[in-house]
Amino acid sequence: MAFRHIRRSLSIELIKKNRMSKPYPYTRSDSSRSEAQLSLENILQGATPGAVSAHSRAILEPSVKPRDAKPRLLLMGLRRSGKSSIASVVFHKMPPNETLFLESTTRIQKDSIHSFMDFQVWDFPGQLEYLEPSFDLEDIFGSLGALVWVIDAQDDYLDSVARLNRTILTVQQYYPGINIEVFIHKVDALSEEYRQDAYQDIVQRITDELNDCGYENAPVHFYLTSIYDYSVFEAFSKVIQKLIPNLSTLENLITTLGNNCGFEKTYLFDVLSKIYIASDTRPVDMASYEMCSDYIDVIVDISELYSWDHPLRKAKGEQMQEAESHVVLHDDTMLHLMEMNKYLCLVSVIRNPEAREKKGLIDMNCRTFQEALNDVFSRSWEREEDQTT
Amino acid sequence: MDARKKKRKVLLMGKSGSGKSSMRSIIFSNYVAKDVRRLGATIDVEHSHVKFMGNLTLNLWDCGGQDAFMETYLASQRGNIFSDVAVLIYVFDIESREVDRDLDTYNAVIEALREFSPNAYVFCLVHKMDLIQAEHRQRIYDERSSLIRSRSEHFRVDTFGSSIWDQSLYKAWAGIVHKLIPNLTVIERFLSAFAKKIDAEEVILFERSTFLTVTSVSSEIGDLNPIYDRHERLSNIMKAFKHCAARNTLTTPASAGFVVMHTKTPQFNIFLGRFTDNTYIFLVVPPGEAAYNCAVLNTMLAREGFSKAAASGRSDGFPLPPPETPDDGASNGVNLGF
Repeated sequence: MAFRHIRRSLSIELIKKNRMSKPYPYTRSDSSRSEAQLSLENILQGATPGAVSAHSRAILEPSVKPRDAKPRLLLMGLRRSGKSSIASVVFHKMPPNETLFLESTTRIQKDSIHSFMDFQVWDFPGQLEYLEPSFDLEDIFGSLGALVWVIDAQDDYLDSVARLNRTILTVQQYYPGINIEVFIHKVDALSEEYRQDAYQDIVQRITDELNDCGYENAPVHFYLTSIYDYSVFEAFSKVIQKLIPNLSTLENLITTLGNNCGFEKTYLFDVLSKIYIASDTRPVDMASYEMCSDYIDVIVDISELYSWDHPLRKAKGEQMQEAESHVVLHDDTMLHLMEMNKYLCLVSVIRNPEAREKKGLIDMNCRTFQEALNDVFSRSWEREEDQTT
Repeated sequence: MDARKKKRKVLLMGKSGSGKSSMRSIIFSNYVAKDVRRLGATIDVEHSHVKFMGNLTLNLWDCGGQDAFMETYLASQRGNIFSDVAVLIYVFDIESREVDRDLDTYNAVIEALREFSPNAYVFCLVHKMDLIQAEHRQRIYDERSSLIRSRSEHFRVDTFGSSIWDQSLYKAWAGIVHKLIPNLTVIERFLSAFAKKIDAEEVILFERSTFLTVTSVSSEIGDLNPIYDRHERLSNIMKAFKHCAARNTLTTPASAGFVVMHTKTPQFNIFLGRFTDNTYIFLVVPPGEAAYNCAVLNTMLAREGFSKAAASGRSDGFPLPPPETPDDGASNGVNLGF
């Protein structure tokens, strides 16, 4: 029943927004483009309450720094806690069981990730004493987006916790805006009960210590992770999401789309790392995340097999430029995937039985969403350029 | 006579610990590779009836490979084990330290086979290839397979290098079942006519539960695809996804499956759907929305033709009507519409 309204509500809503800003009908000509996008920005900003925009501004701050526009993720922790393994699995698609053979890291590994949003990942050797005066703190922590601290949960973690506290207190004095993310890692080998105990214990120790030093409500977040399942991707998704200035806008857009199309759950994925950068506001469940993420793998792998170039391969007619795919599973669940741009794709789980007949409408709504999404992204890019000129 | 013919006896033999039961479980019982370490040693012979393509039943004899068992197979059980064999699959462990002894045992098995079922097919799998460094794999495999050939008497042997950790396992088993399917030429003739009609680059038929390639045809252009192991890789990809779907929808891998999958990209379009009760059809066509939809419709129509033929009693092996296939009329009908 929800389907009948899809088209009117979502697509018209968006078109209406454009109309409001421009007296003439909606056309995509290059001359009017920036104006349209700027006004869309205003509308979307206006649509979100003040608190949210303040939040996004706060996150924006580090990346606005002229010195280095790329937000940076630092991976830190004691040696052999699994920092390099996490970086390899998440950003280089290494199979988890091969991380056994990784050599220990002896110098800072800087990885530039070029994706929907450029950012850097710095993998720190565990034994490095970066708090010594010989290290330039500004060099390390300036323009930092997030500090990811990895704790080996299978090992004695007291040292690690103490060191983390010292780091937080030092960093906090100079750079209060930094997000501190604590990965309680290698939990795959722990039993469910022990896992929760360790989690509680670590959280307690860190917050107590920080409170004692007069630093309350620190921006510290905790995650249970393992490279052998999807938890590390999920945790990284949360970390990255905090660095995205337009997150709330994206979430609003996805929720609107999902509500109108009867999607059960929708994720906006970064195809390369399989991190989801936004999803609708319904709770994330691991099952749907796993299926969507694996479905991307299927499409990417199949594309690898059939995307060869040859002059004799010719198209037989018109078709959309972006890839689109859907699969219906044995229990009538439909997974729908649509490429949004070079880096992103939208994957949704649909359990509504009417969805199969309304496939055309769903596609069309997703296209409308795609336009809105690309508007959101091109806008922030334009603003950066304005600043440099 | 007819019943005998449909039940094909497949012997799975090889030294103890070479991986016979592991691969059987992965291919036919929906295990994933890392589950097989739970398997214990096979005692004596484990018989299993594997349904393949619906009414082709493979009567699989998984023969425990410990020396004591081997001796009884070759002595007191000789007639029982080696008569009426359609296929012998012999598994060699690439890491084995006693190559000569393995080959002697193999030769003894071949002798027994020649005595009781001289017309059997023989497949030799050189298994656990993943343990060899990638750059030496081809060389070591070639050496080993020529050794095997030299000890195979008059049998023409197909050898495959395989590993449960990658798609090579699917390649080996697809090769094996390909030899077992009755009226395969009819299926192939139909598929190539069909592929030509809908201008497909490639048409592949997969078995439903194992996702092994039954057969495939590709057009001249499709033949130019530089990736030769694509069929095995597809089996691997789709089976992995089936496991994922089963895990996350709380069913067993055996009952999980796909109803239909459409994929459209700027380079190719792919359709995967149920074809007969036991097969999936996988079409690769060039991009073009209209042409793609047309191809999908034609596939549906051809499928109807098949199920009708099956209902009217021609149900052995592949329910296939004689050469004047209903797809001709059907696809013409749709093509006229465009």
